Amino acid sequence: MREIDAELVSRAVAGLCVEANYDIAPDIAAAFKRARDTEEGELARCVMDDLLENAAIAAEGALPLCQDTGMAVVFVETGQDVRVTGPLTDAINEGVRRGYEDGFLRKSVVSDPVRRANTKDNTPAIIHYDVVPGDSLVITVAPKGFGSENMSALSMLKPSDGIEGVKAFVVETVRKAGPNPCPPIVAGVGVGGTMDYACLLAKKALLRSMGSPNADAFWDEAERDLLNRINALGIGPAGLGGRTTALAVFIEPYPTHIAGLPVAVNIGCHSTRHGTVRL
Amino acid sequence: MSYVRSAAKIFTPLSDDVIRGLSAGDRVLISGVVYTARDAAHKRMSEIMGRGGEMPFDFSGQIAYYAGPSPTRPGAAIGSIGPTTSGRMDAYSPALIGMGLKAMIGKGLRSEEVRRAITAHCGVYMAAVGGAGALISRSVRSARVIAFPELGTEAIRLLEVEDFPAIVAIDSSGNDIYR
Repeated sequence: MREIDAELVSRAVAGLCVEANYDIAPDIAAAFKRARDTEEGELARCVMDDLLENAAIAAEGALPLCQDTGMAVVFVETGQDVRVTGPLTDAINEGVRRGYEDGFLRKSVVSDPVRRANTKDNTPAIIHYDVVPGDSLVITVAPKGFGSENMSALSMLKPSDGIEGVKAFVVETVRKAGPNPCPPIVAGVGVGGTMDYACLLAKKALLRSMGSPNADAFWDEAERDLLNRINALGIGPAGLGGRTTALAVFIEPYPTHIAGLPVAVNIGCHSTRHGTVRL
Repeated sequence: MSYVRSAAKIFTPLSDDVIRGLSAGDRVLISGVVYTARDAAHKRMSEIMGRGGEMPFDFSGQIAYYAGPSPTRPGAAIGSIGPTTSGRMDAYSPALIGMGLKAMIGKGLRSEEVRRAITAHCGVYMAAVGGAGALISRSVRSARVIAFPELGTEAIRLLEVEDFPAIVAIDSSGNDIYR
């Protein structure tokens, strides 16, 4: 049994919160440049230039990419041969607390969804645990802004709706979101499982790297078709019109019940922030 | 749109003449004063209005910016400060426009009620680029909290801005770039 110091976990999480909010991922920056070159309208090109300049300013380290530094969504793959010295959930929340304080990140979490008092340290994080073979701890932090989160949706389709039903729901969700979720978006799609699991799959889908194909040829084709259909909507950068409404569509399928076809669409903003460390 | 004019410089407080000269799709650079106000501040102002109390600032000719900045580093004017989604303020905006508020800056769709209030009172709704908070921060010269300090990031702040970049989204004739 390998031991990992809880303090190490806190430090890693704090570091990821800061990095994800200041440093745009290289694959996203490359997608911005491609979008900039694809756009023909002056306004759309201006918006993409602004996003590239914004990323450059944030990378200098004084200002986060966006004032909405998100609710910290944390994915943990815990090797079953790992023991953490102390409560793991507490260690992760301590990391979030430190990262958001030391990194001058906005505290956007309220303690009760209706009474709405700010917790002032951006905790609690939303933590998803997965137990896996091995003796490593892999931690991913994905700060999620709510401009895009609010435009996400779930539908419990009928099996007879099939792939066309799935695609129609994804396109309709993005169409209804319009300019609100900070396009060009990343569309994370979860198909199958149960109601809750489809949503988790959709969120996990947002972690994929730009340009990485779906391992399943059927779903890879669906992703390409959806990207074309979404970009044909013309919503464009910042919703001001253009060819790039989405940078990518990522689908995560999973086995489901004979009676169901759950589909969840989690919309990520253009900067879809996330970072991973292995301890 | 086939043709976009290069950015026009505008100054606060905004006169009706200046507002009438703005068309949906125009890029503008705003200099002067804007007031941040988002969800919680709007709820507070609505409560004050309900009991006939005094508003935290004089709305006449002014601009409300839907934004809640990230914390300010020592020596800086402000943290990241991009726009939040405007639609959440739709329930409150017509009453504020009725009290003289001339302009709003945010991102995304507005309701038909807001569009009508804008046309009825010669107002304007402008969009800033969502997710460009670091870039927009560069146009803020100073910031101070003028109301509801207990709301933290959601407090009302008076920002002095220079060449704050925005795009006219709904003009005073009711043309809406999003629709």
